[in-house]
Amino acid sequence: MKMTVSQAMVECLKAEGIKVVYGYPGAAICPFYDALLSAEKDIRNILVRHEANGGHAASGYARITGKPAVCIATSGPGAVNLITAIATAYADSIPLICITGQVNTDQIGSDVFQEADITGAAEPFVKHSYLLKDPKDVGRAFKEAFYIAGTGRPGPVLIDVPMDVQKMTLDFEYPKKVDIRSYKPTGKGNYLQVKRVTEALRSAEKPLICIGGGVFASNAQNEIVELSETLNIPVITTMMGISVFSDDNPLYVGMIGTHGMKIANYAVNACDTLFLVGARVGDRAVKTPLDLERTTKILHIDIDPAEIGKNIGADYPLVGDAKQVLRQMLDYIKKNPEGCADHSGWLRQIEENKVPTEFAQPVKGTVNPKEFLQKLAERMPANVNICADVGQNQIWSSRYYFKRGGRFLTSGGMGTMGYSVPCAVGAKMADPSRPTIAICGDGGFQMNFMELATAVQYGVDIKVIVMTNTRLGMVRELQTIGYNDRQTGVFLDGSPDFVKLAAAYGIPAIRVNDEKSEKEAIERLAEDKGLLLAEVVVDKDFPTL
Amino acid sequence: MKHTISVLVENHSGVLSRISGLFSRRGFNIESLAVGPTHDPSISRITIVADGDDHTVEQIEKQLNKLIEVIKVKTFGRDEFVARELMIVKVNAPAEKRSEIMTIAEITGAKVMDITLSTMTLELCDRYDRLCRFENVIEPYGILEMARTGTVAVERGSDYFSPKKGS
Repeated sequence: MKMTVSQAMVECLKAEGIKVVYGYPGAAICPFYDALLSAEKDIRNILVRHEANGGHAASGYARITGKPAVCIATSGPGAVNLITAIATAYADSIPLICITGQVNTDQIGSDVFQEADITGAAEPFVKHSYLLKDPKDVGRAFKEAFYIAGTGRPGPVLIDVPMDVQKMTLDFEYPKKVDIRSYKPTGKGNYLQVKRVTEALRSAEKPLICIGGGVFASNAQNEIVELSETLNIPVITTMMGISVFSDDNPLYVGMIGTHGMKIANYAVNACDTLFLVGARVGDRAVKTPLDLERTTKILHIDIDPAEIGKNIGADYPLVGDAKQVLRQMLDYIKKNPEGCADHSGWLRQIEENKVPTEFAQPVKGTVNPKEFLQKLAERMPANVNICADVGQNQIWSSRYYFKRGGRFLTSGGMGTMGYSVPCAVGAKMADPSRPTIAICGDGGFQMNFMELATAVQYGVDIKVIVMTNTRLGMVRELQTIGYNDRQTGVFLDGSPDFVKLAAAYGIPAIRVNDEKSEKEAIERLAEDKGLLLAEVVVDKDFPTL
Repeated sequence: MKHTISVLVENHSGVLSRISGLFSRRGFNIESLAVGPTHDPSISRITIVADGDDHTVEQIEKQLNKLIEVIKVKTFGRDEFVARELMIVKVNAPAEKRSEIMTIAEITGAKVMDITLSTMTLELCDRYDRLCRFENVIEPYGILEMARTGTVAVERGSDYFSPKKGS
């Protein structure tokens, strides 16, 4: 059918089942926006308040649906602003399709108004990118982009389209198939290696399963729970693997890492066999991989061969999609049920080393953020999405908000401040049936609170918790510990009154600074319909751990 | 240790920058990089000589393979390949030195491409280490200008590196 490239781009999105896009227009992307307007019945066009937040919202959306989500920016500064979101998605392997406008083809390279080489600038952070110069490539590029973003190890794909190309016409048909000779992601694991890994795991005396974000990426939550329960093996997660296991599963030990649970780190050091599933052994998860490698047998599943052996040497490497490989392991066990060692002593050993959590009495006029989150979790329904920002609030949310089946979403790899609120907007829109809470600090909130307007404008019912200590708490703590308490550049004096700020957006808000307000806030966070902001006042010296 | 890596890539614009960018941001050191077309016009071949231990080279290979436009990667083992590099060098060659330089050219197999009253321009196509030796002996005459292509290499024997054959 004859149509413009812009119309064809919209047809591509429709063919891929895209229902919502997050973006910010400008001159160079106007032809595409014009075509989007004609398709508004099929595709909801959300105006975010900053391009990076459009990317983060798409990220939240993609993480809930498990499919690539779309964000849009104009050329130059718009595209460059998007880079933070692209890098954030890349670090956490989240499938995004990022569409940017570009200046006219004949002007590329001449530094005209709002020109930036975005395919070049974003290159380190994209799984792949396209600069569309020929209108007849549009269908193939979109088809490939969605395929590349969503398969294998997922990631962001950028499509840069010059304005003149957007206006050109072509005879368009969306390709039915995609065939990229140089991109054939592995699915199933090598049968022999699956057998070896399964035997090594179940015959081990003290095995431990470590879950990373790859388990969500491959939608292998059920398989990994089934495997650990079948073999009676305890489980730890990285920050990206949080919420695969319910916190009340007796096999779940906790999150590992520099800010992880003591008991989880104890289990890593005490185990004799560590089974990594979609975990890349990042430095915040495992500080000294070389020591671990020496003392522990490492079994490692990853869909990305480059992750195996990158940070830790694997005794048993296994390349494949976690869901398929775990299914193969379960099938093997079903056919060969003998050979599983008794792990009850090992589980007891972990249990005996657990220390109960005790909460310190909060300073007057503040609340204990850990206790607040624990109480909130007890009151909230199980299927809640928790979107944590970065810093102390993130660690508290990961450790003390008890998860029972919802999702824990955070920028684990890149540690991007300001991720939480836009992520919550996207996550809530992806599945409105789930209550969704953004948890951030007063630092991160001031990087993303403009998205409250987006939530108001489109009626996205999210709850926002802002933990305020007028400090960049984690950096302050680092300065206290590592720099002889020379605190600098961490004071957030001059911050607005967050309750009044919410009011300015027409959002009800409550300040939490004692037991009574704490109770009320928890009740309202659980029960109120519509947006709500809770400012949780935290003591300035409250420690992360 | 030096490694010679052959990479078959889609002949698209931008591929080279993706590859060179990957090397710099992952901290891999490139000694030389040569790129050119192959008998299949849709495929270019890049030959990279890189420095690093086995772990680094394994990572280079894996990271290269992750680039969508990279079709195939192969790191050649020692003595598994034949390799050549072209060097063009312009040296000071006043009349009284010309015959000396000619002798060196004869011994090393270098050819004279150009000559003036005061200079000679020589070309030599050979292995990397031989080019280095040639450079050493010609250097005392005064090198004015030099250009090298970087190594290109193919597998020794009847086996061959092709996008279609299994990895």
